Amino acid sequence: MSAQVWIWILVGLTFSLYIGIAVWARAGSTKEFYVAGGGVSPLANGLATAADWMSAASFISMAGLISFSGYDGSVYLMGWTGGYVLLALLLAPYLRKFGKFTVPDFIGDRYYSDVARTVAVFCALIISFTYIAGQMRGVGLVFSRYLEVDINTGVVIGMLIVLFYAVLGGMKGITYTQVAQYCVLIFAFMVPAIFISFQMTGNLIPQLGFGGQTSDGMYLLDKLDGLHKELGFHLYTDGSKSTMDVFFITAALMVGTAGLPHVIVRFFTVNKVSDARKSAGWALLFIAILYTTAPAIAVFSRTNLIETVSNKKYDNLPEWFHTWEVTGLIQFEDKNADGHVQYVADAEVNELTVDKDIMVLANPEIAGLPNWVIGLIAAGALAAALSTAAGLLLVISASVSHDLIKKMIKPDISEKGELMAARLSSLVAVMLAGYFGINPPGFVAATVALAFGLAAASFFPAIVLGIFYKRMNKEGAVAGMIVGVLLMLFYMTKFKFGWFGGGAQEEWWFGISPEGFGTFAMLVNFVISIVISKFSPAPPQEVQEIVENIRIPSGAGAAQEH
Amino acid sequence: MSNTNLKEYWKENLKYLLYLLSVWFVVSYGCGILFVEELNAIRIGGFKLGFWFAQQGAIYVFVVLIYVYIRLMSKLDKKYGVDE
Repeated sequence: MSAQVWIWILVGLTFSLYIGIAVWARAGSTKEFYVAGGGVSPLANGLATAADWMSAASFISMAGLISFSGYDGSVYLMGWTGGYVLLALLLAPYLRKFGKFTVPDFIGDRYYSDVARTVAVFCALIISFTYIAGQMRGVGLVFSRYLEVDINTGVVIGMLIVLFYAVLGGMKGITYTQVAQYCVLIFAFMVPAIFISFQMTGNLIPQLGFGGQTSDGMYLLDKLDGLHKELGFHLYTDGSKSTMDVFFITAALMVGTAGLPHVIVRFFTVNKVSDARKSAGWALLFIAILYTTAPAIAVFSRTNLIETVSNKKYDNLPEWFHTWEVTGLIQFEDKNADGHVQYVADAEVNELTVDKDIMVLANPEIAGLPNWVIGLIAAGALAAALSTAAGLLLVISASVSHDLIKKMIKPDISEKGELMAARLSSLVAVMLAGYFGINPPGFVAATVALAFGLAAASFFPAIVLGIFYKRMNKEGAVAGMIVGVLLMLFYMTKFKFGWFGGGAQEEWWFGISPEGFGTFAMLVNFVISIVISKFSPAPPQEVQEIVENIRIPSGAGAAQEH
Repeated sequence: MSNTNLKEYWKENLKYLLYLLSVWFVVSYGCGILFVEELNAIRIGGFKLGFWFAQQGAIYVFVVLIYVYIRLMSKLDKKYGVDE
């Protein structure tokens, strides 16, 4: 069967599965809509969290990103996994014990202030919108590359599917579709990785094959370092970023991960505090499977690519090279007209540009794998993008219907009315996300980094201090969040978009890139929060009792209204 | 649960957090970033050790840390009778 037929079959099958689950898991109450009724098992929640977390970027782009940056790519690997340790140890169990529906719920109640709640809602909305636009774009890209439909049609198909199960099923529908989506995406990611690891190193486990020997007896990583040296690139296993910057970016990604509302909210769906801890364990385990395989794929495909194209005659290159050239992901310009491909670090001489996404997307063809594997990759990439989009959508709709309408604008709204509001706001959110997917603002890539920086600079200190520092009051928390977010926005827009006079790399504060600045803004937030709270009145007695209460696991009960 | 018991429980919890987060910091920021070059002088099979920590080892340790935390806390909860 042709690859095209396989793609249609596998994408069709997985999509009908998601829709089937959505119909089965319809939400009947706000509690089911926001937190899936609160009775999700730790294993199912771990699977769902993993799918929620791993986006189109993790699935399609990360291996390629590492492939082109070598050691520097470690910031993503450590940053996007290490955050789960913070989440498991510092946030998840306590937020579960607190037992409300959303992150602004916690901020608003703990800091006994609607100002704090509003700031939190605002942060949750920006973070989620910047993130979801990227996901819809990812869905569109996968459709256009694999199913040969127009990219905009792809976005619309993706919107309809997400709309169907997110609006109908709420968190309950999303949770169980995410479980299925994790299985699809991890299978799709691992199958080609195992094949290629075996082909190149004779080892079936990519994590080991990565440090193994190729058929000529050389260690794979040494061979790749050698190729890099020969072509003028920096050594694959060495970095080109400063240690300081690597440190700050890793920290910003870790803390940002722990502060992302769509990840935190998943821990509200389990039954008790010990289940919240357990699901963090499962989640990181499932995430680690992909995150330890990605650097292996990066090395395999980088070596494969260089060996296949470097100094080879253009006309003799394998068929996949020309197929992907059509999509524009590979571009070849014969500058010295010798008919051979020169792929080197020197931009003047280099004749080949390769998009990072190719490392995962074209992997099956590069390694000569059967057609069904190509279909699998398409289904896996869609699962990754859709699961994350749905999780974000829920945060947006809960922020509007619960935090804004129910908690501030119209507290006497009925259960039915709130559920309707939640569904309507997710409908509007999908439309908006789809719009941004079709007309992507030029700064999408920059804003995803911004989302992590913002989460690190706003939520993380407010939540951690709220749990671990009883004396923390609203004055401190609100000032900290506002300064943290504004500082982050200022730095990001200055150095990414050239506002406020712009600035070159030499002008970065302490040599910290905008990607790593979230760490700095977070530290500023901590300092301001603590200093201001020292000079203003202690929080009321009942709030101090809330803090004592969330520190003890027993008596959590289900997540509820009040 | 009495107030003194709560204080004891919380103190032990904080002690665990301190230990576990120290390991978390050492394997990622220590082995994977600050001392990566020194560790790269050591080789394990095809891997330079610092590079391995940054792209594999730190992640394995993270998973183990969470499971150790789950075990420690479930024991602690039982000891103070706050488990469910």
